[in-house]
Amino acid sequence: MSLANVFDVAGSAMNAQTVRLNVTASNLANAGSVHGDPAKVYRARQPVFAAFSTTLGDEMAGSGVRLAGIVESNAPLAVHHRPDHPDADADGNVYVSNVNTVEEMVNMLSASRSYQNSIELMNTTKDLLLQTLSLGR
Amino acid sequence: MNINPFSDREQALALRELRTELLTTNIANADTPNYKARDFDFASVLRDSGVEASRLRRTSTLHQPATPGGSPITNPLGVEARYRVPMQPTLDGNTVEMDVEQAAFAENAIRYRASLSFLDSQIRGLRFAIKGGD
Repeated sequence: MSLANVFDVAGSAMNAQTVRLNVTASNLANAGSVHGDPAKVYRARQPVFAAFSTTLGDEMAGSGVRLAGIVESNAPLAVHHRPDHPDADADGNVYVSNVNTVEEMVNMLSASRSYQNSIELMNTTKDLLLQTLSLGR
Repeated sequence: MNINPFSDREQALALRELRTELLTTNIANADTPNYKARDFDFASVLRDSGVEASRLRRTSTLHQPATPGGSPITNPLGVEARYRVPMQPTLDGNTVEMDVEQAAFAENAIRYRASLSFLDSQIRGLRFAIKGGD
């Protein structure tokens, strides 16, 4: 049934947005963290979404959202010269994670709006289904 | 006489359901890179299914002939969806425009409700006829 499929599609979208919120929380929590080894510094992560069909073989059926993967940002790390830092390398430098807090805040807003959209879709569809069930009463 | 008095409404409801699903898919994939929004033209699909033509019966040869209607779609999922032309390009190749999709979704939901209430009053009328009032 078509309308029931809406719950699968909107549900998968909500799931994907939850992952996005999680990643954003992780990025914000690690913003400004430093390390002496550039390979070990926390790098900002971003989820990548992809569409997938919820019904096999039917091209017209709705496609939900799945997580294609999480990529790490390759933006340059800031280098601070802090010889007194316990993690500093031989030259007295520490590397700061490349999380952009402004970008993350925008990401968070966008994710929560998309999540709300999915909830609205489900609410409307639920109303339509209930109305269909009470047909002819 | 038409054996199934509800077939037209039924067809319309099935197509509305399909459209709901398509629009939900568009909104769900608003953040998916390279996703292309899809929709179909409801009026032309319903016309192609022969719903309007099947109701017309000529009681006089002077009447204009109805256009020959096709057979009703037994599988409404065979509908061909088209890609939407975006008004503004995006960097990630996604063509979902949230305002357009939400407007279409709201319109579709309201028309679904309208179809439901028409069907409901049709059922009510039949019941009335069967029970002979009361």
